[in-house]
Amino acid sequence: MATLKVPVTADDYAQGKSNAAVTLVEYGDYECPHCGHAYPIVKQLQEHFGSKLRVVYRNFPLREMHPNAESAAESAEFAGAQGKFWEMHDLLFENQEQLGGSLYLALAKTLGLSPAALVKALESEEYVEKVSADFNGGVRSGVNGTPTFFINGLRHDAPFDFDVLAPAIEQAMRPAKKTQRKKSA
Amino acid sequence: MAPKKKGSHKGSRRKMARKPQAQKPGILQPGVEAPNFSLHATSDQVLSLNSLRGRPVILAFYPADFSPVCGDQMALYNEVLPEFAKFNAELLGISVDGSWCHQAFAEARHLHFPLLADFEPKGAVARKYGAYRHADGISERALFVIDKNGRIAWSYCSPIAVNPGADGILEALEKLLK
Repeated sequence: MATLKVPVTADDYAQGKSNAAVTLVEYGDYECPHCGHAYPIVKQLQEHFGSKLRVVYRNFPLREMHPNAESAAESAEFAGAQGKFWEMHDLLFENQEQLGGSLYLALAKTLGLSPAALVKALESEEYVEKVSADFNGGVRSGVNGTPTFFINGLRHDAPFDFDVLAPAIEQAMRPAKKTQRKKSA
Repeated sequence: MAPKKKGSHKGSRRKMARKPQAQKPGILQPGVEAPNFSLHATSDQVLSLNSLRGRPVILAFYPADFSPVCGDQMALYNEVLPEFAKFNAELLGISVDGSWCHQAFAEARHLHFPLLADFEPKGAVARKYGAYRHADGISERALFVIDKNGRIAWSYCSPIAVNPGADGILEALEKLLK
């Protein structure tokens, strides 16, 4: 089974505590319709599991298939560098049909970021290396399309509906519980 | 934007996953000399494996053009081409589809590597590599990394509904350097 080769670190964009029982890593593409479909499902999982779940997002733009995926990923990284990653991530998925320069600038403005600085970052390819590093790390981990999820480091080789992901996450929580019981016994 | 109805991603994987495997795969194993072949890369161009001696070759057998999971696998490899290029490796996709079908598929997915037509006699090359599904009339989802001397260095047969990704290929290419 494919495993996550690049461990989650403080450099990752994560929602949730680092000591959460389960870490869900998503490799996604802002232009991928299936990632768009997965976006509310991940939110639903976060609501369902609360502090027991940490969610990490990494870039996996399929550039040939999705011409706006790379620029969207770089825009999210730009926002991330200023503490607004998840806000931009959410807005990009919520406006997936309109990806492109004018949307990025409008979103930057909405988030109180400088549109001019965003243009500069995109033109100077400031975040290209970061996005490529995510992509290549994903390839090494066996990411085979988008979205690909890893649950506590193991690739989730099944559909990504809530009804499939939630039990898989619950199962990943079980061994940890058993260990706790043993310790207290 | 990838058209959703074509199912070029893994969202439509589920319906294929239920299909039972037709037979236990018995693909060629590492150490064996890779059988040579000459197949159409386009309607008027033929490519021989032996013509690529001197550099590593990745053979990616896949079941069919335009089938939901394959589109995904070939599209992924298309994105990973710069990584394969670092090893000077040539990627060849092979299925039993004809060259016109391959051409349409490659255009639709913007693929930048050859798709070979194992079309007539149908599946002859897949059979040589032990990667033919007789019951289904298509090839397995089988990967081979062939070294510069034409010997199989690594092979892997994935369950037909599971896109194997590119990690195994890259690890095999790395080992060739050692």
